[in-house]
Amino acid sequence: MTLPPRRTFADREEVLGAVMLAPALAYVILLVGVPFVFAILLGFSNATAGSLSFGWAGLHNYRAILDDPIFLRALRNSVIVTVGSQVLVVILATAAAQVFRAAFHGKRFARFVLLLPWAVPVSLAAIAWTWIFDSTFSVINWTLKAVGLLHGWLYWLGDPALALLAIIIVQAWRIFPFATVIVLAGLSSIPQEIVEAAIVDGAGFWRRLLVVELPLLMPVVAVAVLFGVVYTATDLGVVYILTGGGPANTTHVLPTLAFQRGILGADLGQGAAIAVFLLPFLIVVAIGMLRLAHRTEVGGAQ
Amino acid sequence: MKRVALYAAALGFVVFAGFPFYWMLVTSFKQNRDLYVGASDLSHIPWIFNDPPTLEHVKLLLGQTDFPRWVLNTLVVVVAVAVITVAVAVPAGYSLARLVGRWGERMGMGIFFTYLIPPTLLFVPFSRLISLLGLQDSLGALILIYPTMTIPFCTWLVMGFLRSVPWEIEEQAMIDGYSRLAVILKVAPRLIVPGILTVVVFSFTLVLQEFVYALTFISSVNKMTVSLGVPIALVRGDVYHWGALMAAALFTSIPLAIIYNAFIDRFIQGFTMGAVKG
Amino acid sequence: MAGIEIRSLRKHFGDLHAVDGVDLSIRDGEFLVLLGSSGSGKTTLLRMIAGLERPTSGEIHIGDQRVDGDVPPRARGIAMVFQSYALYPHRTVFQNIAFPLEASRTPRKQIEEKVRWAAELFSITRYLDRYPRQLSGGERQRVALCRALVRDPKVFLLDEPLANLDAKLRNTARDDLKRFQRQIQTTTVYVTHDQVEAMGLGDRIVVMEHGKVRQVGTPQEVYEDPVDTFVATFVGQPPMNLLDAGDPSLPPRTLTGFRPEHFLPQSVFGAGEDLRTFRFAVRRVEYLGSDRYVYGSVAGTGAPDATIIAKLPATIALVIPEGETHDFAVPRRALRYFDATTGLRRTA
Repeated sequence: MTLPPRRTFADREEVLGAVMLAPALAYVILLVGVPFVFAILLGFSNATAGSLSFGWAGLHNYRAILDDPIFLRALRNSVIVTVGSQVLVVILATAAAQVFRAAFHGKRFARFVLLLPWAVPVSLAAIAWTWIFDSTFSVINWTLKAVGLLHGWLYWLGDPALALLAIIIVQAWRIFPFATVIVLAGLSSIPQEIVEAAIVDGAGFWRRLLVVELPLLMPVVAVAVLFGVVYTATDLGVVYILTGGGPANTTHVLPTLAFQRGILGADLGQGAAIAVFLLPFLIVVAIGMLRLAHRTEVGGAQ
Repeated sequence: MKRVALYAAALGFVVFAGFPFYWMLVTSFKQNRDLYVGASDLSHIPWIFNDPPTLEHVKLLLGQTDFPRWVLNTLVVVVAVAVITVAVAVPAGYSLARLVGRWGERMGMGIFFTYLIPPTLLFVPFSRLISLLGLQDSLGALILIYPTMTIPFCTWLVMGFLRSVPWEIEEQAMIDGYSRLAVILKVAPRLIVPGILTVVVFSFTLVLQEFVYALTFISSVNKMTVSLGVPIALVRGDVYHWGALMAAALFTSIPLAIIYNAFIDRFIQGFTMGAVKG
Repeated sequence: MAGIEIRSLRKHFGDLHAVDGVDLSIRDGEFLVLLGSSGSGKTTLLRMIAGLERPTSGEIHIGDQRVDGDVPPRARGIAMVFQSYALYPHRTVFQNIAFPLEASRTPRKQIEEKVRWAAELFSITRYLDRYPRQLSGGERQRVALCRALVRDPKVFLLDEPLANLDAKLRNTARDDLKRFQRQIQTTTVYVTHDQVEAMGLGDRIVVMEHGKVRQVGTPQEVYEDPVDTFVATFVGQPPMNLLDAGDPSLPPRTLTGFRPEHFLPQSVFGAGEDLRTFRFAVRRVEYLGSDRYVYGSVAGTGAPDATIIAKLPATIALVIPEGETHDFAVPRRALRYFDATTGLRRTA
């Protein structure tokens, strides 16, 4: 009788598993985890980009930015832009999902166009919108004027309030396709029999939508909103290209201000401190996603 | 009546989503005298070609700017990042899905969460790191840093994909006499080729779209990627070459849009953590 | 309370004729079962009665109302129980049952009364505050039935409601269901692929295949007088034995059929019985407790290797060794004849 073959290295699942996982873990720990910690630490330093120094500065940076009206404005803008654009996104996406779940001629083409804002690189979309909002050649102004809705002139990117509105519009524009697709997928994952049961039970369109479908869609809509919050709050491209933070630093958001002070201004400590204020957004998102993941594991909806 | 409302709404959404692209298209091919007419002049309709279209902006873009160079740079980075991502994320995803047991799921989720850490938080320490490594103003910086974004998401994608591939095939191979390692090398690739493809596509789209790190690490015009160079460097003095700019934007958007349409369901599965069956 | 008239009903999905010309008269108060395998059209037919599918052509009348046009489900006076029960997962049992009443704007107090009344009937009052995911399959099914009941429908439509239950639970659930229907006497149309269920529940059974009705009749009629080979082999477990008996007295291309329970050792029958005898080469005997299934083949027939099954009750203790040939017989009155080409029953 021959001995059974020995269990070699090639069979040790734990070893194989660890080896295959190691590069990814290394990357994530070394190039994300460590920098993340470092990002927070830098906020407490007086490091600059010029030298490779790292001196301890305590809360100096934080005190400085909390006294700085430009920073406070940037913080406020971040909140306004994120909340404003996401509210718009939810409304647009739920409406668009209702439209796109039906069958109609040209739907494939419509779907293709609908996805364009999300597919195009942020910077290119931003530069296109800059052209669209241009103070002399704005095609939006022309259209509004031609339709009779505009009598004066809108200096979109030159006026603080209008510029902020422009930023909100662009963010909503580029994110709502993504949210729509997610909501659509969520709609199609509602078991057909439940919708049919509601039809047989006598519920009309609105009752079905509000009492049956929307509650079941909540997890999916929440995912869309959470991603939208991350994409908007942490976005630098749209604001940087549209306004550069101007006019006169009135439309800065946290990422652009962090960039201006930390990279362009070479004050790494201050840049890091500003960026740290993004963390509340992210923590809320992380908690939200963990809750959702737990729900789907436990089988919340079924 | 309902039908009419449906088509009207669909049209509304399409117009809202698409008019900037139409505007890009028109701007790319309009002659300058048709283009630079003040918008307060209502007698001139900007939405149509009032003069015959021209290729002068395209020619300028391709012949007199660094755009071709940017495309090349972008491709170099894309290929390198895709290779790194596939090499790292695919085995990791496989390992988490098949080899590591119950806490594989949690670890996978942990890795996925690092995707949420934004570039605009990490770019500050990264700039220090890049200086330390002497990689400033080089494509090497991007090739090093971009995988920090692709690896987390793609590991999660591969994990999710493998969850939907029955592993009886692999078990069968092990019963048939292959060692675990041999199974991985022989059988698994064929099963997850679609997953690998999605990883490559995602890496491609991410590199093409990324702006923040490019802006942070690259300063020389001839080292720029498309996403960085077009909005920042297509300018002479204070004057933007809108025609060439829009042409560049258009050429970059179309292939991306086509790819997105083809792969949208896979991405959504990844985003919703498999909560939604694609 | 209403009967249902179906005339020349068709449903085409492109080239697929899911329902291919069905005529049916369902009597007021009867429990009618649509029996068939998947793809037979039974579910599509049910859904057309419900209003969830639009007929390609034909008529449906519920009571004196013609409904095949644009009449929506809620206006048809029907209630439906789905295979998955389709309970609203985010609502309590009470809210689930109350849903149709809310949709018809019933006053709050009436809703309370009706829901509790229905819950009493099905003994689920203590679950009213729970959520569907906290209930077992059987309990969910009862909730679905309650929800259907509160609408006071003229017709109950049930789509394989027992399919998701454990086998053991199915028997008692079947009994509960039938007793309940006898009590409320509402016309019921019930879809299933399980012919035991169909036989146990139906006042009449509609056997369907490929979108067409093969036979309509009481369980006894469908079992003892099948109209073609399809019905003969579909109904009955194990299926009816069919063979070319090589009998010269029969017209050519005739299949002889007999059910396994009539195919017994010759010695079991009495002396004066009119029998058709067979030499039965026994291959294998399965002991199943209450019955024995004997598998083998019959010599002198058109297809000598075809498997013939005999079903011996435990009361016949005769030993049947495998590998030997025995004398078996079928009473002639139990024989059925079918045309081999068309499959139709020959009354000869």
